[in-house]
Amino acid sequence: MLAVFKRDLASYFTTPIGYVFMAIFLAVNGGVFSMFTLQAGLDSSVGSYFTAMIFALTVVIPLLTMKSFSEEKKQRTEQLLMTSPISLGGMVFGKFLAAYTVFAGTFLLGCLNFTALYKFSYEDKPNGGVLLGSTVAVLLIGGAFVAIGIFVSSLTENQFIAAIGTIAVMGLFLVVGFFNAYIPVAWLREALSWLSIYSRFGNFTYGIFDFNAILYYASISFVFLFLTVRIYEKRRWA
Amino acid sequence: MIKIENLTKRYGTKYALSGISFTVNKGEIVGFLGPNGAGKSTTMNILTGYLSFTDGRVEVDGLDVLDFPAEAKKSIGYLPEQPPLYPEMTVTEYLNFVYDLKGCTLNKKKHIAEILEVVKLTDVKNRVIANLSKGYKQRVGIGQALVGNPKVIILDEPTVGLDPRQVVEIRNLIRTLGLDHTVILSTHVLQEVQAVCDRIIIINKGKIAADRRTEDIAAAVAGNRRMSVKICGPVKEVLQTLRGLPGILSAESVGNLDADSTTYVVECENGIDVRKPLFAVLARNNWPMLGLEAADANLEDVFLTLTEKTADARTKKKRGKAEK
Repeated sequence: MLAVFKRDLASYFTTPIGYVFMAIFLAVNGGVFSMFTLQAGLDSSVGSYFTAMIFALTVVIPLLTMKSFSEEKKQRTEQLLMTSPISLGGMVFGKFLAAYTVFAGTFLLGCLNFTALYKFSYEDKPNGGVLLGSTVAVLLIGGAFVAIGIFVSSLTENQFIAAIGTIAVMGLFLVVGFFNAYIPVAWLREALSWLSIYSRFGNFTYGIFDFNAILYYASISFVFLFLTVRIYEKRRWA
Repeated sequence: MIKIENLTKRYGTKYALSGISFTVNKGEIVGFLGPNGAGKSTTMNILTGYLSFTDGRVEVDGLDVLDFPAEAKKSIGYLPEQPPLYPEMTVTEYLNFVYDLKGCTLNKKKHIAEILEVVKLTDVKNRVIANLSKGYKQRVGIGQALVGNPKVIILDEPTVGLDPRQVVEIRNLIRTLGLDHTVILSTHVLQEVQAVCDRIIIINKGKIAADRRTEDIAAAVAGNRRMSVKICGPVKEVLQTLRGLPGILSAESVGNLDADSTTYVVECENGIDVRKPLFAVLARNNWPMLGLEAADANLEDVFLTLTEKTADARTKKKRGKAEK
């Protein structure tokens, strides 16, 4: 597991993809931050910034995950991984952890933006609880998205298809509750908003640390990593 | 060292391998020979744990690969058909990664340096793999298979696409490896197995067509020798004379390249040298012989010789039944 993690992490920075991801992510992050906080009335509320960030993730995370397994498949290096003594779970988790480390590192780097809030907002100082809670939530949602990306990239050897597929699945998890107003069936409405990553996020922006949501986000990561392992098991037995 | 019993691999209703069995002893160099799609790579992929199998039993170093997959994999080094290389890594980085991946416990620096020496990569050890030529990449692939000093080394078509000098080098390397490893390699080049292997297993359509020592295969090929003879003379009479000679099983004309000479392919009985009587009879008739050479045995010939025997036996049996 450690070997795969180390190699993948290094490969993000021996190829341009890691730098491209960081550049785009930090640019988007900074733009969104200034638009939704400092420019929008100079108060210190960060709710709309975090919400916008979740949507921004759907565009940047595929950059990180699209090559994860598709490239291994294309280069036939997955044959090396699968004939080595490491377990499939170790292989999948190592790859997940590498992509996640780059994502989390970059996002935390972007959190330096918050110092601007303390310095420049006129009225009140920002609510530390909201900042911390929302940051943790975004980190977990990012984990779920990375796991989705890893899963989709294990299905194809074409990186472009992997990226588009990942955006589609992530988008689905975000917008799944949006059209509830048009759905007359009560239980369906409930099920859809239960599934939605977005509707669970609201609490964090109000400063409520929602353990159910945390658990839900973590479960999505787990389920998609598990499915990836299953894909590889199935391929072996096909 | 390797024991395969009744190994079957099925894709849907199509059998890639239908019940093959063989064992490979310690220190042997075994060659898998067969046309494309015969099941060579499938067998290797199963041995190395890349694929699973439908039925049967596979043992590596006394361990069942289903019960002890990690241990079995540790004792195998594998070079797949396409070497599994990460183009953005340097040779040393790559071998270090494989070392970690396999969880080896040797002295890392020393071990990697040794492998670089063995596969002659020391000069390019800090180059990025993407920039290496095909022959070097193939050697990196072989080096990767040697990491951790595995007891069994499996090489899938190790010399495909290399230039003749590299082919000779790789073959020499394989022979050296065979001194203290068990080696299985696959190829569709007959000379390769003859040059390198102790034993040849011929696979065709998912079944073992032959499993012999290399000398026996050579003998089987030499069995009925074919020669091509170039003779000046009237075709009809020459053919008649040729067919009348003792020791000659068949003679066919395969066309005339010049105006006055014709080439004939002559099949002779095993163990009889017909060259002298052939010369004598042609001289007597005043039909000059312009050339005589042994037709090279190729993979198809080996195949035909080795598979025909079983086919012959079968038709004979059928004929016998019909006569009764």
